[in-house]
Amino acid sequence: MTASQHAPLTIGDLRGSRRRRQRELIIRSAFFLAAATAVLISLLIVLTLIGEAISFITRVDPAALISGSWRPRADSYDLASLIAGTLIIAGIAMLVAAPLGLGAAIFLAEYATPRVRRTIKPILEILAAIPSVVLGFFTLTVLSPQVIDRFCPGSTPVFNMAAAGVAVGILITPLVASIAEDAMYAVPNSLREASYGLGARKRMTSLRVVFPAAVSGIVAALIVGLSRAIGETMIVALVAGGVGGAVFNLNPCLPGQTMTAAMTAQAIGSDQAAGGLAYSSLFFVGFVLFVMTLALNLISERFVRRIRSAY
Amino acid sequence: MADAARLRTPATTAAVQRALEGHTRPWSEYIFQGLLFMALLISLGFLLWLLGDIFIRSLPVWTDRGVGGFVGSNLSSDPLKAGIAQGLFGSIVLMGIVVVLVLPIGIAAAIYLEEYATDNAVTRLLNTTVRNLAGVPAVVYGLLGLAVFVAIMKPVDGLNNGRNLLAGGLTLAIVVLPIVIITAAEALRSVPKPIREAGFGVGATKWEVVRSHVLPYAAPGIFTGVILTIARAFGETAPLLLVGAAAAGFGQAANATVFERVFGPYTALPTTIFSWARQPQEEFKALTAAAIVVLLAVVLIINAIAIILRNRYERRW
Repeated sequence: MTASQHAPLTIGDLRGSRRRRQRELIIRSAFFLAAATAVLISLLIVLTLIGEAISFITRVDPAALISGSWRPRADSYDLASLIAGTLIIAGIAMLVAAPLGLGAAIFLAEYATPRVRRTIKPILEILAAIPSVVLGFFTLTVLSPQVIDRFCPGSTPVFNMAAAGVAVGILITPLVASIAEDAMYAVPNSLREASYGLGARKRMTSLRVVFPAAVSGIVAALIVGLSRAIGETMIVALVAGGVGGAVFNLNPCLPGQTMTAAMTAQAIGSDQAAGGLAYSSLFFVGFVLFVMTLALNLISERFVRRIRSAY
Repeated sequence: MADAARLRTPATTAAVQRALEGHTRPWSEYIFQGLLFMALLISLGFLLWLLGDIFIRSLPVWTDRGVGGFVGSNLSSDPLKAGIAQGLFGSIVLMGIVVVLVLPIGIAAAIYLEEYATDNAVTRLLNTTVRNLAGVPAVVYGLLGLAVFVAIMKPVDGLNNGRNLLAGGLTLAIVVLPIVIITAAEALRSVPKPIREAGFGVGATKWEVVRSHVLPYAAPGIFTGVILTIARAFGETAPLLLVGAAAAGFGQAANATVFERVFGPYTALPTTIFSWARQPQEEFKALTAAAIVVLLAVVLIINAIAIILRNRYERRW
């Protein structure tokens, strides 16, 4: 029997040696620094965007901002024509992706056998990983000349906003389907059983019970899809026909330009020296795009939080 | 007694059964189910059509030049000589930079957010920031790369005014960092509390618990997430165009050193595809398709590996 066995144990004994505590502190700080890089990056993004955007606004001729076309080389910076192009293409994309994506999601969550679901779900996820430049090439060579041009007679062949919109819609369909399916699959079975118990058929149960119960997840899926459609670049850069600049235009069968593609078009078009007005205009467009997608993300996050608290 | 006997006749049983089952399902039920199935078929069908069309279009390149002849050749304005050697080299170096940067930083950030952070204002700010960064369009990160990384390297790297693979890799790393943090945090969150408590119970410190108890169980999920992210980075095009990956062909001596390849003009596989897709000559269509087949092969194989890993090591608690 040694004396130490009878000595009362103090908090100090439990805290361990000083070296051990120091090591813990160092590791903890390193992890915190890693997490803080995320904030640092967003600060950098916001600062660079705002700095150059302000420099653009102060130097640009106000008349150039409402000139009716976006042609940086001709010193016309009409943001409205970019926003029109962006909204038209994203709108067409949603017209394609919402019915297809939600239809596929309801089928997988409510109708498909577990085996079919287990097979299709990974395929959807893999298809969602196809790079957009690939879909852009396919649209250029097949979708636009063979399909879209039939519905847009007398328009600008191949290079138009309708083709870009449909292609973006196909691109985001697996994403929308996957998120919406997760939301519907998470609806507890007791709700479905209650509905069947009241004599409802499958269609009634899917549309009037499961769909409303999962509505926040479904809305979130649509908003994430919309945000992706607005941020989509490569399909538009290849197909929308606005590489050399675009005039303000609301007809989807004609060429147009989006904010994203306007940025790449300038980056590949010419070798502008830093400090030029065209260079600053990139950041101005980027800032508007950043604010739009940030707003959409914040809204969708609110909806996702609601679904989490529900079940 | 007589009533009960009458109730049990086969005719009444059938009547009751019919009433309970309803009549045959109305047509609207079938039509609705058919429409849903169509939606699924169309979404899958379009993408399968894409894969089939591009593969068939690429066949002449494989038969005429062979895999080595196409993959081993440099960019060229002559469609008979052009290949993807520089693009593939660029993409592989870029992925290397992304993995080296994102793997430690992403996992460390996720560990902090899930294991160390207490629920306070700072943590909430970090969480919101990470989630919102994941939703920022990749092309915006290209602007950041242009204004920060390219500008920093410009005075140092005279070969291409700072538009080098390092700037491209840093930009891509920032594009995917938030996604890695989110997926790694999800994997850590799925490890149940009692596992950690077992570690604390025998006197382990926080780091010891994380290292020996949490990470081993979370590792498959973390690595699946990282692998999927790399597949995404591999096909990312827009940010690279903004930080100056060459969209057109560039001259590079066949005996260029690795240093010149990393710090001089560069291109990546997706940017090569983009520039070829814009070529008006018909011959470039087959080349583009062939380059896409290589890109898709890499992306789809990486994805398949991740899904197999996930199915194999998935653990239900």
